[in-house]
Amino acid sequence: MKIEDYIIEAIRLAVTKLPDDTVSALKRAYKEEEKPIAKLQLENILKTIDLGGKYSLPLCQDTGTLTFFVEAGVSSPYLKDIKEVLIDATKRATKEIPLRPNTVDVLTNRNSGDNTGRFIPIIHWELVGGDKVRIAIMPKGGGSENCSALAMLTPGQGFEGVKRFVIEHVKQCGGKPCPPVILGIGIGGGSDFALKLAKKALLRPLGMRHEDERIAKLEEDILGEVNSLGIGPMGLGGKTTALDVKIEYAHRHPASFPVGLVVQCWANRRAFVEISEGGVRVWQ
Amino acid sequence: MAVNLKTPLGEDILNLKAGDIVYLSGTIFTARDLAHRRMIKLSKRELPFDPSGAVIYHCGPIIKEIPGGYEVISAGPTTSARMNTYLEDVLSMGIKGIIGKGGMDPEPFKKYGAVYFAFTGGAGALAARSIKRVLGVQWLDLGIPEALWLFEVENFPLVVAIDSRGNSLYKQGKYF
Repeated sequence: MKIEDYIIEAIRLAVTKLPDDTVSALKRAYKEEEKPIAKLQLENILKTIDLGGKYSLPLCQDTGTLTFFVEAGVSSPYLKDIKEVLIDATKRATKEIPLRPNTVDVLTNRNSGDNTGRFIPIIHWELVGGDKVRIAIMPKGGGSENCSALAMLTPGQGFEGVKRFVIEHVKQCGGKPCPPVILGIGIGGGSDFALKLAKKALLRPLGMRHEDERIAKLEEDILGEVNSLGIGPMGLGGKTTALDVKIEYAHRHPASFPVGLVVQCWANRRAFVEISEGGVRVWQ
Repeated sequence: MAVNLKTPLGEDILNLKAGDIVYLSGTIFTARDLAHRRMIKLSKRELPFDPSGAVIYHCGPIIKEIPGGYEVISAGPTTSARMNTYLEDVLSMGIKGIIGKGGMDPEPFKKYGAVYFAFTGGAGALAARSIKRVLGVQWLDLGIPEALWLFEVENFPLVVAIDSRGNSLYKQGKYF
């Protein structure tokens, strides 16, 4: 198999099967919900997960904008080819899996048909030491992406301000991002970087708290408060509005307190690929 | 309450209450942002379907071309709120049902005696099971997700989320 084939397999894995941590969280939510309509939503979600696994079908028809986070080892012999491989894999995956063509020209409204276009797929590069290339794949749907937000708080507002901003925003979004959602929050760094941290935070497994206990506490506080809102599965009312909250942070400018919020739908699609001397590894 | 309904929808939808379960059979057609924009510029007679009692599905499916036609791979609902702008226009054409996710403005449903049905967002592989056949497609120039697809559905399991009196399940949470 060529590297391109492994990337396609990883995209297929991401869009047809959810990671175990997410499936467990959804099963737990199904048990905890009492209202019949909330239960029905989770029942449909669990049935969809079964069908996706059984017949290798994309769970959600919105297979998203393909987003790749690449940790590129500077000594990797594959480095010079990776960009082209990711673009070719995206085109082939669109036909072979198939994915929904989701890339539209801003000026003409024309859909390119193969999920590639100007700066698309999105590739985030980070150079690291060593000879390995690690790629995180996130096919992110539009409904949840439309609920992203940025707040440039004042330093005085601090963590309390983060909480208020996130809760108010989640309230406004209601059922739109396909709850139960996962919230990615990035604090500090600057406007663009806060949002990037927020999106990357979503790659962490559910249930894994941040290593700094002060951040871990903020994650738990926000999760508790969001789940007391009553929005529930699909916004039809219930106990489970979010499955988890993930926070990442960077140092900030003395005058700024940027907070990025990226919302992930229950279809928490992700996969990882590692390319090294020893071969290629794909996992979730 | 659980009810079996057939398209085109008739007066009986006025008895539906928010929270009821409906199994819908018949013909539905998909429309998203661009299809709505095109639709509302046309007169009733110019539309590629009869809007009287018709059901719109807010959906951009994954479709595979097969010999002699199309196969639906995954076809869950898209966020309906984007189509709020066109809601009055489409309901005034005689459309009586909208299927989507996330909810819409309830007032126009009351004004025109129409119903909003919710299907679980993201459950595209499950929704595809209720779609028995692709009956046709119009406006493919808009791209596959935005085209107007005609689907034959059988027992599509839906929740009445906004009824014709304007009662909405989305308003019952504490969050509004």
